[in-house]
Amino acid sequence: MRNIFLFIRRYFTFFTFLILQVVALWFMISYNRFHRAKFLGMANEMTGFFNKQYNKVEDYISLNEENRRVHKFNDSLLNLLPRNFMKRDTGMEIIKAPGSYDTTGQYRRYYSRPATVIYNTVNATKNYIQISRGSNQGIKDNMAVISSDGYVVGVVVNVSANFSQVMSLLHVQSTVSVSLKKTGDFGTVEWDGKDPRFLLLKKIPKTVDIQLGDTVLTSSVSFNFPPGYMVGTISDKKLDNTTGMYLLKVKTAANFYNLQQVHVIENTEREEQLQLFDDTKKKIEEIKKGPR
Amino acid sequence: MNDFLRNILRFVVFISIQVYVLNRLHLHQFIIPYIYYLFILWLPFSVSRIVLLLTGFLTGLTLDYFSMQIGVHAAACTLIAYIRPFIINVLAPKDSNEFNYREPSAKAMGWPPYLLYVLILTVLHHTYMTFLQWLQFGSFLEFFIKVIYTTGISMLLIITAELLFPRKLKFRTNTA
Repeated sequence: MRNIFLFIRRYFTFFTFLILQVVALWFMISYNRFHRAKFLGMANEMTGFFNKQYNKVEDYISLNEENRRVHKFNDSLLNLLPRNFMKRDTGMEIIKAPGSYDTTGQYRRYYSRPATVIYNTVNATKNYIQISRGSNQGIKDNMAVISSDGYVVGVVVNVSANFSQVMSLLHVQSTVSVSLKKTGDFGTVEWDGKDPRFLLLKKIPKTVDIQLGDTVLTSSVSFNFPPGYMVGTISDKKLDNTTGMYLLKVKTAANFYNLQQVHVIENTEREEQLQLFDDTKKKIEEIKKGPR
Repeated sequence: MNDFLRNILRFVVFISIQVYVLNRLHLHQFIIPYIYYLFILWLPFSVSRIVLLLTGFLTGLTLDYFSMQIGVHAAACTLIAYIRPFIINVLAPKDSNEFNYREPSAKAMGWPPYLLYVLILTVLHHTYMTFLQWLQFGSFLEFFIKVIYTTGISMLLIITAELLFPRKLKFRTNTA
């Protein structure tokens, strides 16, 4: 027994080293698997505080660029206002007042909240964006994030009380379901961890007619993203003969180098959709097991 | 200013430079400049090994939480904090009459041994860190090229820092 204590005391530094290594690796593995790190809530609040201070200074530098983007986006929204559309005076019809629209059974499914980007990188293989809005301000996991000019940026993966972490499109684990604007074919967009200006579009069969410069939008079958937001444009196409699918390069529409303001979009029916999805799976399993 | 305060200040400066300048710089996917671990390399000789290990771990973890790669930098920093005393033992001059500096520097150890000391720990740090990142994602060739390039640019940064900000020669004396 005494020898054991002597042994431990002799190699105390080495054991401390081993323990710290194990702790670090355990942190790494648990974070990569669940996007839940130990002490993340506290650490997120701390890094959030410092990032916010730094961001106050940094915002001034790209204020002009941001202003231009917001103005452009506002302009596109202005064009959608119902008072832009009128009927010719030839008929006997009365112009509908704006606001009488939603009586026809339409309802709101997506809800948008503004947020400020306080930390963002593009040089890692796993890039995260920190925004200054957390669970206290209504942010939940899996909400979609759109840039100030209306292009797809990423998905919320983790929230603390006042800050959230967003998994950027520039993350090797990110997959977004998209469709081509022209033909409507579905595919998925991923990132290979190399050039932050380009994403990869997969699962588009070679029968589809694709031109360089075609627009890629978020698809209507995604649970996280509202349909019709632009992801990017196709900049390079190759044919993979073994699978009969295209290997497409997509130039990102959002500028990840100077993100400043973003919109966080909530799908209010996500829970119900997922529930239905899981229930269907279970039901099918039961049918398989049961007598025919 | 005593050693403790000076090192706290250095910690803040190195972490802020790493988080707000170097991590935001996009040169190339393989060339990522690192300088924050110079903090561990500059810690005084008198720091005990356990404290050194814990300081290394905390430094790495702080950067981890800022860059959202939890555990990667902490593991690499703990490794170089563990190896550091061995390398200093081999490289530092043995003559205790001449050897009265407080912390590792080019003046204290001489340029060639000091550069060797920095190079060994830099290579260890980058190899281990890139290895951990490679386990999660990437190919072997990428791993290899990344270690070489990242080591190159980090050495360049450290030598520049060393030449631009010569630390004051602090002697360990009985009178002080």
